[in-house]
This record gives sequence, structure tokens and C-alpha cells, in this order.
Amino acid sequence: MKVHIMLFGQLADITGVDKITVENTLDTDSMVKSLQNTYPSLTQSTFVIAVDKKIISANTLLTDQCTVALLPPFSGG
Amino acid sequence: MKEQTPSYERYQRQILLKGFGLEGQHKLLQSKVLVVGAGGLGCPALQYLAAAGLGTIGIVDEDIVSITNLHRQILFTVDDIGLPKASTAKERLAKLNPEITIIDYNERLSTRNALAIIKDYDIVIDATDNFSSRYLINDACVLLNKPIVYGAVSQFEGQVAILNCHLASSVTPANYRDLFPTPPIDGEVLNCAEAGVLGVLPGIIGSMQASETIKLITGIGKPLINTVLTYHSLTNQLYKIEIVANSSTRSLLPANEADFIKMDYDWFCASKNNKFEIDIENFNKIANTADVEIIDVRELGETPILTDINYYQIPLSQFKENIAAIKKEKIVVFCQSGKRSLQAAQILFDTFGNKKIIYSLKGGITEWFKNKSTEKR
Repeated sequence: MKVHIMLFGQLADITGVDKITVENTLDTDSMVKSLQNTYPSLTQSTFVIAVDKKIISANTLLTDQCTVALLPPFSGG
Repeated sequence: MKEQTPSYERYQRQILLKGFGLEGQHKLLQSKVLVVGAGGLGCPALQYLAAAGLGTIGIVDEDIVSITNLHRQILFTVDDIGLPKASTAKERLAKLNPEITIIDYNERLSTRNALAIIKDYDIVIDATDNFSSRYLINDACVLLNKPIVYGAVSQFEGQVAILNCHLASSVTPANYRDLFPTPPIDGEVLNCAEAGVLGVLPGIIGSMQASETIKLITGIGKPLINTVLTYHSLTNQLYKIEIVANSSTRSLLPANEADFIKMDYDWFCASKNNKFEIDIENFNKIANTADVEIIDVRELGETPILTDINYYQIPLSQFKENIAAIKKEKIVVFCQSGKRSLQAAQILFDTFGNKKIIYSLKGGITEWFKNKSTEKR
């Protein structure tokens, strides 16, 4: 099972990647945990998660070929 | 609206548009839009709305024009440096379109004035540059049932959305707290002054805000209701995400106007970290004492360099790796504005806990120099 992850804004800056594909990740909670293991700086970051272009507010099961976006808040204007 | 008959000739090119017509123009001329922030986002939004014949435009900004604004705040010129943004913008826009009403508020939107100002408008454009104002605008607009046309930028990326919009009856309106329930840790997200911004980016995002506002008023197209659009200027990637109204975020909002007035948004957006902050006066007292280690966490090559204080540099990007080199009991970290140093302070605290006394210089070098120049006077 493949899941495509998109990182926006400063999340791409601190991890150095804006797109990752991960295998065998069951749900958004375990996906975030494994991302934070790979990129510890993400543990300090605020972001919301969208699964297939829809913001989620609780742990969500992932499906094969789905896209998860991690969106941080921007303040600049 | 002014007494004279509006000259529709001015609007001819947009009246020609299918679905827009005279009806669309009337709707614009009868609408009232408040633009909060006359900066990088606000300037282009204001220009296009004034040019399009938006009947009443309010401008809120307490700031004055400075030279670092000019690369993106295109309403202003070098002659405006030092002048208030709101009234300068008003003057400029009145020359562009004398047929509309423009009201300037040369003050910061606060819990004391927000409800009174916002209630007279149909739509609020959030063109601010800080989280405190963004949460304040959101909460006030939720209380008053006003739609928000939100825009924000960071470096090369921008976000646009229409929040708290009751016009689409099929969906429950989502607000800013459904997108970002609570503010990030202070210092985690840098503003334009810290992170930098390409001037044209807020130009694009601010123009999108104007476009979404016009769509919302005239009823053309599909405005970004409950949707956040992200734009990356380097890759031209556009990505739309649906925001879902979440019942649990309701509890984060002030319940009524009295609760709203009691809110302290500056504290709410900074409180998580300010336990580390030391002000200039106290910093100067301990700065050259023996048991304190002072660390510049700016990246290599950033200026100005301090000469009267003993310090060394560990850039924030390499901070964690080099933390073991810190030996003394008391540590003061500093950066340009005091934001990145808060992050460094948090890293220190995560490592040393209460074993060391950790401070972050409030306001950073900018504040320290300001203080130094007043002392000399």
C-alpha cells in the first residue's frame, strides 16, 4: 500500500522534502509518528492534515494511493 | 456613497462580462468591505477593489510606511515613508476612484474596537501579518456572522480561503479555527520580516483575495468557500483543501461579545514560550557577568554584529547538534527579532530542563539596538 505525502511551507524547509511516498502505513496517527522518527524536527511543528484534499480532525484510516497533505499555518502578509 | 452618479464608463470592461453585467456592478457599488492590514496583501487587494468600484472600503492599519515595505506594498512611494499606512492608502485610492467611499482607521484592530468597526461591513479581508490579529478577526467575524476572505504568505508560498461564509446554504461555515485550531508556538512560524518574502507573492495572493471578494459579492464562479488554496510561486503548484467545520473547535471561540472583549490575543498567540523571555534592561545587567553564556542563533553571515558583548554563534539550523558545547549555568540566546531564539530556548529546555537557567532576548538585536540608541540620546 502506497501513500503519497505532501509537505507545505516551513515543513518542506525543515525536512528538506516536499513529497514523500511511504509504504504500509495504516492510518494518519502512525504515519505522523513514523514521519517524526525520520524527521525529528517535525515534532516541534504545528500543522493540519488533509487526506485526499479534505482536512481531518481525528485519526483516519489511509487507503492505497491516497494523498496526505501536511499544511502549516502562515502568518505573513 | 458619494452624491454624484457613478460613471459606469469606468467599469465598462467588467460589465461586459457574462454573468457580471450591470447587476454585478450594482452589487459591488452597494457593498462594504473592510481590509485589515494595508501591507503586502492589503495593497493589491485595496487597489483592485477600489478600481472595480467596491462601494465602501474600510482600511485598518496602525503602522507607518517604512523603506522595507516598498518592495511589496505597492500603494506607497518613498515620499510616504513615515506616514500612516491607512490614511496614505485612502488618499492614493481616492485618486484612483473618487466615486467610492473610503474610510481609514489608523489604529490596531483590538478586542476593544473590532466589533464596532466590523459590524458596519459585509465582508472582512484578513490581510494581516500576525497570528494574534488573525485569531482576533476570526473570532469577531464568527460572533458577527461576517465572511472572511483570508490570505497569508510565507517565503514563496501563499494561502487563500473564504471562511465563516453563510452564503452557501448547503455547507456549515468553517472558520479559521477549523483550519488551525490553536496558534503555533511563538517563534515556530516566521513572519515576512524574519523569513523573507518575494514581493510579488503577496501581490498574487492579495489579488486573489480581491478576486474572491468580487466573486462572493457578485455571485459569479465558485468562490473558495470552506476551501483553502495553496500556491507555490517557485513550482506554480496549486492545491485546494476542503476545510470541514468541526464541532469541537466551537469551544475555542469566545461565546459572546463580553467574552470576546476579555480575550488577550497577543498573550494567546505568544504564551506558550514567553517564560524564557528576558527584557533588554535585565539582559544588560547580566550580559557581561562571568556565569552567563550568550549565544547568537542567527545563521552565519547575518548582521549586525555586536561588539560590546561577549558571545558566540550556534546557528539555529545546527543548534541541536552543538548543544553539548554549552557549559555555563545561565544561557541567553538571541536572534534578529527574538522569535528564532525562542525556538532555541525551547530546545535548550528540552535538553537541560531546569538544570540550567535559559533566557531568550525579547525583541532580539533589533530591540537591543533601538534601546542603545535611545540611551545615547
